Amino acid sequence: MRRIVLVIVAVIVVVAAAAYFGLVYKPAIDPLPQGQAQSFDAALIAHGAELAAIGDCASCHTSAAGQPLAGGVAVPTPFGTIYSTNITPDRETGIGSWTEAAFVRAMQQGVDREGRHLYPAFPFDHFTHVSDDDDKALYAYLMTRDPVNARPPANQLAFPFNIRAIMAGWDLLFLKPGLVAEDASQTPEWNRGHYLVEGLGHCGACHTPRNALGGEDAGHAYGGGMVIDGWFAYPINASSPAPQKWTPDELATYLKTGFSADHGASRGPMAQVTAKLGEASDADLHAMAVYIASLMAGSSAPAPQPPNPPPLTSGDSLAPPEVIKASADRGAVIYATACSSCHESGRLPPFGGIDFHKSTAIHADSPQNIIDMVLFGLPAAEGRTGATMPGFAGTLSQDDLVALLNYLRATYGDGRPAWSNAAQLVADTLSGKTAVNLYGQDGLPRGPIPVNRGGAGS
Amino acid sequence: MSITLNVNGEDHSVDADIDTPLLYVLRNDLKLNAAKFGCGLGQCGACTVIVDDRPIFSCLTPISLLQGRKIRTVESLGTPDKPGPLQRAFIDEQAAQCGYCIPGMMMRAQALLERNPHASDAEIRTALEPNLCRCGTHMRIIRAVKRAANAMAGA
Amino acid sequence: MEEFGAPSSLTRRRLLQGGGALVMSFSLLGPARGQGNPDAAAPPPAAPAAPKPPTLPGSLNTNRNLDSWIRIDADGQVTVFTGKAELGQGVKTAILQCAAEELALDPLKLKLVTADTQLSPNEGYTAGSMSMQDSGTAVRNAAAQVRELLIAQAAKQLNVDPSTLHAENGQVLGGPSPLAYGALVAGQNLHVEAQPQSKLTPSASFKVMGKPLGRVDIPTKVTGGLAYVQDLRLDGMLHGRVVRPPSYKATLVDADVDGVGKLPGVVKVVRDGSYLAVIAEGEWQAVKAMRTLARSAKWQEEPSLPDPAHLPDALKSLAAQDGTVADSKTAATGVVKTFEAWYTRPYQMHGSIGPSCAVAQLGADGVMTVYTHTQGVYPDRQAIAQLLGMDQSKVRCIHAEGAGCYGHNGADDAAADAALMARAVPGKPVRVQFMREQEHAWEPYGPGMVTHFKGGLDANGRIVAWDYELWSNSHGARPGSAGALISARYLAKPFQPDEQKLSINPNGSGDRNADPLGYNLPQKHVIWHFIKDQPIRQSSLRALGAYCNVFSMESSVDELARLAGKDQVQFRLEHAADPRGADVIKLAAEKFGWSNWQPSAGHGRGFAFARYKNHACYVAIALEVEVNRDSGAVRLVRANVGIDSGEIVNPDGIRNQTEGGVLQSMSWTLYEAVTFDRTRITSVDWQTYPILRFGAVPDSITVDIIPRPGQPFLGTGEGAQGPTAAALGNAIRDAIGVRLYDLPFRPEKVKAALLAGK
Repeated sequence: MRRIVLVIVAVIVVVAAAAYFGLVYKPAIDPLPQGQAQSFDAALIAHGAELAAIGDCASCHTSAAGQPLAGGVAVPTPFGTIYSTNITPDRETGIGSWTEAAFVRAMQQGVDREGRHLYPAFPFDHFTHVSDDDDKALYAYLMTRDPVNARPPANQLAFPFNIRAIMAGWDLLFLKPGLVAEDASQTPEWNRGHYLVEGLGHCGACHTPRNALGGEDAGHAYGGGMVIDGWFAYPINASSPAPQKWTPDELATYLKTGFSADHGASRGPMAQVTAKLGEASDADLHAMAVYIASLMAGSSAPAPQPPNPPPLTSGDSLAPPEVIKASADRGAVIYATACSSCHESGRLPPFGGIDFHKSTAIHADSPQNIIDMVLFGLPAAEGRTGATMPGFAGTLSQDDLVALLNYLRATYGDGRPAWSNAAQLVADTLSGKTAVNLYGQDGLPRGPIPVNRGGAGS
Repeated sequence: MSITLNVNGEDHSVDADIDTPLLYVLRNDLKLNAAKFGCGLGQCGACTVIVDDRPIFSCLTPISLLQGRKIRTVESLGTPDKPGPLQRAFIDEQAAQCGYCIPGMMMRAQALLERNPHASDAEIRTALEPNLCRCGTHMRIIRAVKRAANAMAGA
Repeated sequence: MEEFGAPSSLTRRRLLQGGGALVMSFSLLGPARGQGNPDAAAPPPAAPAAPKPPTLPGSLNTNRNLDSWIRIDADGQVTVFTGKAELGQGVKTAILQCAAEELALDPLKLKLVTADTQLSPNEGYTAGSMSMQDSGTAVRNAAAQVRELLIAQAAKQLNVDPSTLHAENGQVLGGPSPLAYGALVAGQNLHVEAQPQSKLTPSASFKVMGKPLGRVDIPTKVTGGLAYVQDLRLDGMLHGRVVRPPSYKATLVDADVDGVGKLPGVVKVVRDGSYLAVIAEGEWQAVKAMRTLARSAKWQEEPSLPDPAHLPDALKSLAAQDGTVADSKTAATGVVKTFEAWYTRPYQMHGSIGPSCAVAQLGADGVMTVYTHTQGVYPDRQAIAQLLGMDQSKVRCIHAEGAGCYGHNGADDAAADAALMARAVPGKPVRVQFMREQEHAWEPYGPGMVTHFKGGLDANGRIVAWDYELWSNSHGARPGSAGALISARYLAKPFQPDEQKLSINPNGSGDRNADPLGYNLPQKHVIWHFIKDQPIRQSSLRALGAYCNVFSMESSVDELARLAGKDQVQFRLEHAADPRGADVIKLAAEKFGWSNWQPSAGHGRGFAFARYKNHACYVAIALEVEVNRDSGAVRLVRANVGIDSGEIVNPDGIRNQTEGGVLQSMSWTLYEAVTFDRTRITSVDWQTYPILRFGAVPDSITVDIIPRPGQPFLGTGEGAQGPTAAALGNAIRDAIGVRLYDLPFRPEKVKAALLAGK
């Protein structure tokens, strides 16, 4: 409670400052005249589509049951629930009346066409770094989508956060407009990646921890630790827990396909991201990979080991056949029966399950992701090849799962300490206190939202 | 080793390696036909049974985890002479072609309806997503589950 | 399910010796009593001097005695025999309906014996949507003739005119007192040849046929009854598992046969050349022993597969022999517009949900009994006998249901493996089930195909030129000889598969449906470039070549309609060669609301028509898709099918099969392709070979049937496969303005087409 009071006081002070600097008031921009069709160059639209994939507009602006980009996705924040807006070119409920200038201003300054401040659930603190040209391509893409008449639910925010004007104060603190600076000492590709990752890609929105005001903690850029949709965002700086170092090529493959033979599958909200990134250009993905790999360069992880030996047979999985003795560790028994038939199948990745020696989840500081994976699995994407995994929520008790986690960490964790909070995290996930959303490799939600609504195993 | 499993309301003492997947014990030791081997990988759902109140893949569940748990198979829902509501609904909708996947579908549906008696079409589809049918009986399976929900609600 | 259990000691001879089989003088059934045979142009009754026997309806022609099909016990119990097998298509129920109708009995009171080399007639394979045409027709005619024999016998006993009598509910009525069937047959024999013509019950009088009857097998299946070969548990039964090689051309170098033989529960490790298998007391023990053996095995492999990156070129580069499927021998005239395209279809899988299974036992009498879900017990018996070096009379194959097979899957292979293992442990029944990976990697796939179409329109928008070529293997590599069984190829003394031969016949194979008989065309030229080599194991998958041929042809017709500036439905009606074809086209269009279509962004409608095999059911389909233009994902929204299957036996059976056909074909068309590298098959499970899941199930599929009372049965089970594929392609074309030619229509291909097309 005291914290909230402090926050409110801080907000008031900052808003006053913002007012002083003239940041609160933004004028409305005239709507596009009705009935005036805009035409866009096909190449510009196609470029906009690739950029929209990097920005992953669709994930936040498309609800599970709704039409593409028609908004209505609930974004939980410490200050209340925000619903994403309709960004289809519908004049009434979407951005159909927005001019290009209004769109560019929204991206760069975080205000809508009518001049109202947007909440930073819309990551304009990143999008402000997007160039005018790219914004124009995005505009061309969005304005040529199918218009959908759909009004998202009203935001549910507590006072004072329901007053949009206070966002001006937030902007003063956290909005650093303009393009990111070029680093002449780096390659053009690195600079391109830097531009995309810091701007449109808005990777820091999840991978950088946030402070009490919901701003990114610049002192811990890409330090990870946030839990989004019930999934732990890994550090993607020198503290990356990946047991093998990411190479730019492998990272580009991961961003494009959602899978790395050296590291594993994307899941949770990252599956949404990689599903969309698959639509981006290879050159841009590689540039992003080069930049992100440079962020992780300080990690002490060794270079990737060669992949698993190829399968010896297509006859069956090659799981260890030894009979588990009754006295064996409970976690070992579970692993041997429920996990090994896939994870030691000898199949080429991405199929058959990763070798846990390579698993980032096993090496991470938090076991949250391995908990989510074991309980809810990796659902199949409709009609697409890719990694899948069955969930074990109905099978494993809390004690079973903790025993399995301890076994996996001790066996494959390269000597990292046992997870001290495993039992609590398991309990919170089983009870639904930690709400977990599940996505297929196609980025589409699977199961109820959250999947553990009313408890795990739904 | 010997382990006691509670299946369809009865305790059974089973002598089997503790890493034996439940499916093999159900089929071979307890001579229950309904749960089927489909993939052994948790990819198809033909082996689905209910443990306590949750649908699980019996092909990937070692019996060592199941002591004291309540296991249910399609055999617990009724008999050909006295089919239960879900079985009745599958018969009434003729919701089978080869039928191999159907017991797994039914146990997943049973778990859904016990948790959510008024499951919508969308919720039924979502719940059945882990289970595969190759004959293309999907429309009828959805209808049968709806019909069973209505029958159970009316009962 | 009385056919299950310990091997039955029943034989046909014993059956005939059993008390009270029906015996009648054939002369009682005079030829004059017969009515027109609806199923064949019946020849006139054979003259005594004629050496050639008359053609009999359906499979009666090859199994000519009535007691091959119908038996009546003294207690009145009627048993019906069919050489066809229940594959989940509902054939048992439909055949019972035919018999019950003509015998005036409750179908649920009949017993049915299905394919069994010791008991049932030999009807070859249960395939090609032929069960009702073959067996349904035979049973119906046999039942009608038996009914007339019963009435005649009653008339003789009562000394009345047979025309005053009729059959009802197991009795002959109309005389002074009812006479039960059982009483009429006491001490008599039905071992008489059927007649070409039968007094069939008119459709208007049907009590059982033409009505929905609940499938007789479903209650057992939904209650955990003994329903599948997988469920068989014979006394003392052991469990076998095979260890397959990693690739087709692999040879076994070494394996720890002795070590695995010492594992708990292991009874025997079988090694014969490159063939490896384990037999254990417990099933899980067998699985674990199999895995240990597989881990220990060392193989020598060699690449033998076509380049998957250039599959169409690879197929076309294989040596081919040309066969002419159709040739009007006229030149096209008046062509003003042409359309030309190449189409491709990958290797696709049957993908049974239950891996193939069989139980075999070598009895003390030296008879190898095999319970199998093969589609052909007699050909399978022949192949297994050859494999084991046994006389066919010493091998008995009994059909027991498996999971749906949709053609030649691993069923026969499992039967062979069970027999090989049972031979290694004489006296002991051995149950063998494949692992998922084994079923996926080793089943014989539906062959990859390439087709080429070039057609032309005249100034009036009529098709005046039709040139079609296809490159394909034969779609039939079924048993009959041991080389068709996969394990036989890896034995120390291996059997080789039979050489495939080009054969062009009305049923079709790779060329099934390639002759465009559904449309009136002044000129046509259709060639099958028959590929003999089989670099990838392949055989019969539901609809054979018709799937790809109808896809190619109906995609092309759609483009020709666009070129002509005509509505797709109207264009087809203008060319329809058969009024019954036109009727299903009109029905599907009307029920879909074709003429009221409201275009909307991302949505498209598609239409297609084909008469399956050109002589089975007529199917037209109209459907709607939704295309996500960003991801390229295609969703089938709804579909309406119009179907004409001739005389309807079980309308719900027709609907069930057709709905299933639409969904399965949708899964093939949108998702499915077998993957491989130059050495190995890499589609080994449902991750690597994804199929339809519930998330992609359409909002609705509606099947409307045109009743054709008095017309012959027309096979139904495979009719929807081709039209569904074409209608999907046509609907995508309508939705995004770009046509797809290369199956399947995965999102990345749709997206690539969108980028290239605009």
